[in-house]
Amino acid sequence: MALILEGILDPRNYSNKRWRAGIFEQIIKVILLLVSAISIITTVAIVSVMIFEASLFFQNVSIFEFLTETRWTPLYSSKHFGILPLVTGTFLVAFGAMFIALPLGLMSAIYLSEYAPDKVRQVIKPVLEVLAGIPTVVYGYFALLFISPILQSISESVKVFNAASAAIVMGIMILPMVSSLSEDAMRAVPRSLREGAYALGATKLEVSLRIVTPAAISGIVASFILAISRAIGETMIVTVAAGQNPTFTFSPFVPIQTMTSYIVQVSLGDTPTGSIEFQTIFAVGITLFTITLTLNMISQYIVRRFRNVYD
Amino acid sequence: MQYIEKEKYQQRLVKRQRTGKIFEIMCIISITIGIGMLALLLWYVADQGLHKLDWQFLISFPSRFPERAGIYGALLGTLYVIGTGGLIAFVLGVGTAIYLEEYANDTRLSRILQVNIANLAGVPSIVYGILGLEIFVRFAGLGRSVLAGSLTIALLILPIVIIASQEALKAVPSSIREGGFALGASKWQVVSILVIPQAFASILTGVILAVSRAIGETAPLIVMGALTFVPFAPDGFMSPFTVLPIQIFNWVSRPQHGFHEIAAAGIVVLLITLILLNSVAIFLRHKFSKNLEG
Repeated sequence: MALILEGILDPRNYSNKRWRAGIFEQIIKVILLLVSAISIITTVAIVSVMIFEASLFFQNVSIFEFLTETRWTPLYSSKHFGILPLVTGTFLVAFGAMFIALPLGLMSAIYLSEYAPDKVRQVIKPVLEVLAGIPTVVYGYFALLFISPILQSISESVKVFNAASAAIVMGIMILPMVSSLSEDAMRAVPRSLREGAYALGATKLEVSLRIVTPAAISGIVASFILAISRAIGETMIVTVAAGQNPTFTFSPFVPIQTMTSYIVQVSLGDTPTGSIEFQTIFAVGITLFTITLTLNMISQYIVRRFRNVYD
Repeated sequence: MQYIEKEKYQQRLVKRQRTGKIFEIMCIISITIGIGMLALLLWYVADQGLHKLDWQFLISFPSRFPERAGIYGALLGTLYVIGTGGLIAFVLGVGTAIYLEEYANDTRLSRILQVNIANLAGVPSIVYGILGLEIFVRFAGLGRSVLAGSLTIALLILPIVIIASQEALKAVPSSIREGGFALGASKWQVVSILVIPQAFASILTGVILAVSRAIGETAPLIVMGALTFVPFAPDGFMSPFTVLPIQIFNWVSRPQHGFHEIAAAGIVVLLITLILLNSVAIFLRHKFSKNLEG
C-alpha cells in the first residue's frame, strides 16, 4: 500500500504527469473551441455566399428594378426581375396560415394553460406537438390531394393549385408552435395575479383574457412572429400545393409562387451554374434570409425587452 | 346609498358565467380542430397508401409504371445521408455544447456563440440547401454526392443538437463536478468520466429528435442537388442519391393517380420510421428520468 502510494505521489513522477496532463487538457480545450467555431463559420458562410452571388446578380439587374418591377420571369425569353410577385405570394400564404394558426393556437394555449385538467393536458400537449413533427412534404400531399379538391367542390373558381389550400395546411402545421410558446408564456404568469382577480370576483374567462393574456403578451406576440417567420421559410407545402406561377395577385384561389418554391423550381431544372437564371436563386435567397432573420430578431427583442418579471 | 344592486349583479353574473362557458367550448373546439386535422391527415394517408404497401414496394427501384415502382434506393439514400449527417452533427454538436457549458466562461465570445446558435436555429432549411450547394457541391468539389448531402444535413440540425445537448449538460448537478475536482481530477477527466455519462441518455434523446426532423427534410437536399429519379442504390459516399421525402415529392408532383397512391405508401413508410425513432427517444427519456430518481 505504501509502495503504491509512493509510486503515484512520487513528487517528480507526479509533476511530470501533471505537466503532460496539462498539455493534453489544453489540446482538448482547443479542439472544443475549434468545433464551436463551426457554427460561427456556418453563419459567416451563409452570409458571404449570399452576398457574393447576389452581388453578381445585381451587376446585371438594378436593385430598383428588383424591388419595384411587378413581373418575375427569369426563366422565360422575355426576362423581368421583379421580386414583388414572389413576395406577395409568400405573404399571401404566410398571412393566410396565421389567420388559421393565430386564433386556434391562442385559444388552444388558453385552454391548456387555464382550463384543462392536468391529465387532459398531459395527453393533448404531446398530440399537438406531433403536428409539428410531420414532414412538410406530407402536408403538401395533404394540401394538394385532400384540401384543394374540397375547396374546388365549394367554388368552381378555385384552381387545383392555389394559395388557400397551402395556407390552411400550413396554419395547422404552425399551430403547435403558437400554442406551445404562448402556453409557456401564460404558465409563467404567477398564480397570485390570478388569485387576486378571483378574489375580486372575476370569472375564469375574465381572468384568462384580462389578466393572464395581457401579462403574457410579450411571449404571445413573440410566438406569433416566430410562427410567421417559419411560415415564410416553409418550402414543401407551397411547392407541392400553391403552384409555380409568379403572379402579382392577392387572390388566394389561383396558382401563385413563393420565394421558397421558386428556389426549388430552379434547383429542379437544369439551369447552368453561373447564368443569370442561376444567380436569381441567391437574390431571392438573400431576400428570404433577410426577412426571416429580421423577424426572428424582432421576436427575440420583444421577449427580452417587454418581458414582465414577477418576483 | 347602494352601489351594487343585488338583482342587477345577479343577472349580470349569470350572463358573465354563460359567456365564460361559451368561451371554454370555443377553446375546446379550437383544440379539436387541430387534433382532428391530424387524425384526418393520418386517416387519408393510410386510406390511400396502405394497400400499396408490401415487401415488393420496399425492395423495388422507382419506375415509369407506378405498379412496379418502389422506394429501395430512396430508403438507402435516407439511411446513408441521415446516418452520416446525424453522426457528424452529434460529434460537432456535443463538442460545442461541452465547450459552452463546461469550458467557456461568460465571455463575449461565448455570448456571441450563443446568440449565433439561436439565430441559426431560425434560418429556413432551404437556405442551408443553398449553402450546401455553394460550399460542399461547388466549392469543395464534392459534387451532388451522399457526402455533400450529409454535410448539409449536419449543418442544418447542428443548432438543435447543440441546444439539446446544452440542456442535458445543464441538468447534471454541479455537486458531481465539484466532487470530481475535490478528488484532484482534471477538467477533462471530470467532463469525460463524470458529466458526459450522466447526460448521455438525454443528449442521445435530443440527437434522435433532431435526426427525426432531418429525415423529413426535403427542400435543402433538392436545392443542394439530390436527384429525383434514382434507379440504383448509393454505393458509397461519393455516389449520387435521393432520399425518401424527395421520392414522395416526385410522385406527388405527377398527375397520374397511380403515383399519388404510391406517394401515400411512401408517406406511410416515412411516418412509421418517425414513430419508431420517437418511441426510442421517449423510451430513453423515460429510462433516464428513472435513473435520476434511483
